[in-house]
Amino acid sequence: MAAGSSIDALGQFELHPVLGALGESLRFSQSPMMMIVAAIVVLAFLYVGMRPAAVVPGRLQSAAEMCYDFIYNMAVDTIGPEGRAFFPFVFTLFFFILVGNYLGLLPFSFAFTSHIAVTLALALMVFCLSIIVSLKVQGAKFFAHFMPAGAPKALAPLLIPIEILSFLSRPVSLSIRLFANMVAGHVMFDMFAAFTIMLAGLGFFGDIIAVGPVVINIALMALELLVGALQAYVFAILTCIYLREAVAH
Amino acid sequence: MARAVMYDNIRRAGTLLASSALALPLMAMVAPGARAEGMPQLDFGNPYVIGQVIWGAGIFLVLYFLLSRSALPKVEKVLSLRRQTIETDLGIAHKAKTRADEAVADLHEARRKALADAQANVDKVVEEARLAAARQTEEMNARLATEIQDAETRIAQARGQALASVREISTTTAETLILQLSGIAAPADFVTAKVGSAAAARGL
Repeated sequence: MAAGSSIDALGQFELHPVLGALGESLRFSQSPMMMIVAAIVVLAFLYVGMRPAAVVPGRLQSAAEMCYDFIYNMAVDTIGPEGRAFFPFVFTLFFFILVGNYLGLLPFSFAFTSHIAVTLALALMVFCLSIIVSLKVQGAKFFAHFMPAGAPKALAPLLIPIEILSFLSRPVSLSIRLFANMVAGHVMFDMFAAFTIMLAGLGFFGDIIAVGPVVINIALMALELLVGALQAYVFAILTCIYLREAVAH
Repeated sequence: MARAVMYDNIRRAGTLLASSALALPLMAMVAPGARAEGMPQLDFGNPYVIGQVIWGAGIFLVLYFLLSRSALPKVEKVLSLRRQTIETDLGIAHKAKTRADEAVADLHEARRKALADAQANVDKVVEEARLAAARQTEEMNARLATEIQDAETRIAQARGQALASVREISTTTAETLILQLSGIAAPADFVTAKVGSAAAARGL
């Protein structure tokens, strides 16, 4: 974190093997480990929450049902009736990212969404899915979308490349948005934590001033809780929007 | 049906994609050869960076399968059971309300009918009472008329008797008065004739 007078805020994103030699040979770092934890948390939440299967639900069952309804409504309201087919995918995506973001806020944990490789893989998955669905539903008409309706044909050489570029930039913006937000939050955490340690080394007055970064980090935690949920929502809603365009005739 | 098949295909395509897309060699596309100083996320030479993508693909796929095949249908089952229960209860409540409404309508009808019957009975009783009273009045009037007639007859008889006695009394009174006043006894025929003429003059 704070090596001497310098701050290594990016060191927290380094991947290390876990489970010793086995992890090393399987390329199993803390990132996939937290993915497994996230998956277990999501599954446990639903299985344990829905275990009573009561008609009049308890608190945990209500929470599970609310999450289900929230994503279901998001998928169906945004995509349309076809959204029912994509609901499990959107649900998986949203909660995988959300729990991944929140797990990263725990001490000694790791946010796998702070790696561009992971967020880009997720974004490309959404992007490829939307293309496949578009081609399946719309066929060759899918390519007609690159020429805006009503635009003069003379502008086609200009508009079509712009539209294609705009279309191709979707996975980039989708992945970088999530990655950048998570990295920024964790870097700020590390920076202010490092300030605290550095200030504490300055003696009595340093100890007093060091309270400031701690307070800022507490506020940052609230902000990161908001950002974590917001980024998962943005990722899921944009997925729904892309899929809506894909299923639109 | 065709639509359902299409969505099933879409779902299958999504599943296939989830399993394959994450395993794509993404890193080379992102920034080939990028080795940013201090950015471990861009250190694509690190095998763990690619490794987490492959692991992530598998974990995401397993999570997707478990959610779509087991966990989410369980939630849906509970929600549909609740919807069904609510709909059934609502149906029962609607039926009960319909029955209650019918009962209330029957009650109103019975009440209206009872009211009409009661009113008819009251009218009948009043009419009977009115007729009885009229009959009684008529009988009483007849009896009174008979009694009045009898009384008038008796009065006429009494008057006749009284008038018949008036001449005799008047004659006796006149003879007594003449005797008392003059000391002379007037002839009975004379007095009788005079009283008779005076009575005749007065219509007696």
